[in-house]
Amino acid sequence: MVSIKAYIATRALLTIPMVLILLTFVFVIMRILPGNPVLALIGMKASEETIKSLMEQLGLNKPLWQQYFEYIYNLLRGDLGRSMIWGRRPVINEIMNRFPATIELTIGGFIVSILLGLLTGMIAGVKPYGKIDATMRIYSIFVYTLFIPLIGMIFQYVFGVYLRILPVGGRIDPTLLPRQITGLYTIDSLLTLNFPAFISAVRYLILPSFTLGLVLSGVYTRLVRSSLLEVLSQDFIRACKARGLPNRIILFRHSLKNALIPILTMMGLQFALLLAGAVLTETTFSWPGMGTFLMERIQYRDFTTVQGTIVFYALFVALISLLVDIIYAYIDPRIRY
Amino acid sequence: MRTTDLIPREFWRKIRDAGIDGYMVIVGLMIVITAVILALFAEFIAPYDPIQRVGPPVSPPSTQYLLGTDSIGRDVLSRLIYGTRTIMIVILISTVLSMSVGIPLGLISGYIGGKLDRLLSLIMDSIYAFPGLILAIAVAAVLGPGIYNTSISLAVVYIPTYFRMIRGHVLSLRETIFVEAARAIGAKDRRIMLKYILPNTLFIITVVFSLNVADAVLTEAGLSFLGLSVASPTPDWGFDLKNGQRYFLSGYWWPVTFPGIAIFLLALGFGLLGEGLNTILGKEEI
Repeated sequence: MVSIKAYIATRALLTIPMVLILLTFVFVIMRILPGNPVLALIGMKASEETIKSLMEQLGLNKPLWQQYFEYIYNLLRGDLGRSMIWGRRPVINEIMNRFPATIELTIGGFIVSILLGLLTGMIAGVKPYGKIDATMRIYSIFVYTLFIPLIGMIFQYVFGVYLRILPVGGRIDPTLLPRQITGLYTIDSLLTLNFPAFISAVRYLILPSFTLGLVLSGVYTRLVRSSLLEVLSQDFIRACKARGLPNRIILFRHSLKNALIPILTMMGLQFALLLAGAVLTETTFSWPGMGTFLMERIQYRDFTTVQGTIVFYALFVALISLLVDIIYAYIDPRIRY
Repeated sequence: MRTTDLIPREFWRKIRDAGIDGYMVIVGLMIVITAVILALFAEFIAPYDPIQRVGPPVSPPSTQYLLGTDSIGRDVLSRLIYGTRTIMIVILISTVLSMSVGIPLGLISGYIGGKLDRLLSLIMDSIYAFPGLILAIAVAAVLGPGIYNTSISLAVVYIPTYFRMIRGHVLSLRETIFVEAARAIGAKDRRIMLKYILPNTLFIITVVFSLNVADAVLTEAGLSFLGLSVASPTPDWGFDLKNGQRYFLSGYWWPVTFPGIAIFLLALGFGLLGEGLNTILGKEEI
């Protein structure tokens, strides 16, 4: 029996190679792939001198191995470099300005997807192998293949233009901006007891969250279904039935809790899907998060910021997968072997 | 020759008897075949030139322009048909690329095992954990627009998927009796991998292929929606949808809706096909 602290330490150590691989991979993409990043980013029309001075400025004239070690060394110090435009601000500061918006959206999307997934998965799992089950299976394929921008625009049209009950884009009514604490407007407005701001933030959050959540809910439909089926076939459920417990109690009090454990393990990968989906959702709803930030800087050919943002995504994904595993270890003691 | 003769009779019977999974395979196949036909014969099917202005801007669907015209007066239907070709070519090239890297690596890694396997698995798992679309965005941003560059961006994303599936399958095949028998009669590793193990992974390749392509369709459309796929004026569904976005909320729904539905249908077609095949073929496998 290993203690939970030892497990966390081992798991955290395992994150190091993963992070190194991802960082190396980003480096390879940015420097070694055919196509000079400077040319790709400042355009083919640049003069010889511009290209040369820019290469020097970015350290691209040094040997590759030296560039690589400087890159890793700077990252270890938490330095993602400086932006190539607008006063050369540190990339990390700019990212931190946009990061909370993405977190808020992904949490919103996550809540919607897990609620829809639980609902549809339970409907399918309670009466398996029938027509309802088949419908839910089709549902899970259908929503997964929906194209986020299309669904987003349809929602914008129906709820924003036709029914006029929800805003079509942005994060909050600019006149109601709450004092910044966490950067998550819903949380900040609650912390400062600014209820009009809270309501505004939630109203702006609804459509993007539903768009993102709906598309990703199909994955949970299946997970919940298969996980529930497995739990329902176990002996302790038969014991519950033998004691004459009503189905509702068996389902909600005894099965669901156990069925949710395997779903947790998938949350790490699911989070990657949320982040990818968030890029499209943000672009559709002009949501000022990391995704729109990345796309803006690609357009401005701000090479260092693009690289820094991708690196930030990589670190964030590694951190989330570590966290998910730790939470899992707390909830399910079997994993600690 | 009847269509059924194209598929081995036994397989056809299995699909017919599979209930909902059979329907899924049939509907999926119909969508995919339609897309292939549109892509191959776009010149003969499309009523207009997809990159020329052929009528007044944003005219609604009518008998003359079946799906209407876009913001600069190009025929939406013709762009849709030629757009099928764009996305199918990108998908084809990227799939061939990611298969030709992912499958051999997975085969070798799973069969040989040891340090090489651990290293390759770690690399592939790390890339797999990274959000696919964002990875594709990074590669596409560096490579620039174009059909080949977009294909490479997609291929990078899907290499780990093929690798992981094949490797996992090889691990279990390696322990089977027929592989052991082959080894006992003195077959070389190379021969065992190519003649004994690879053919037995074909079913998993087919399934992973369909499900992966469903995903790749959405990723390609996403890249092109973000303006990182083929350069305009090449007809491309995601990009056309992006172009229509500005006018959509004013009520000009057709330049957005039709490419959007096309993306959805193509992804759905491959998704249904993969899902159905997975269940039908997966059952007998176990």
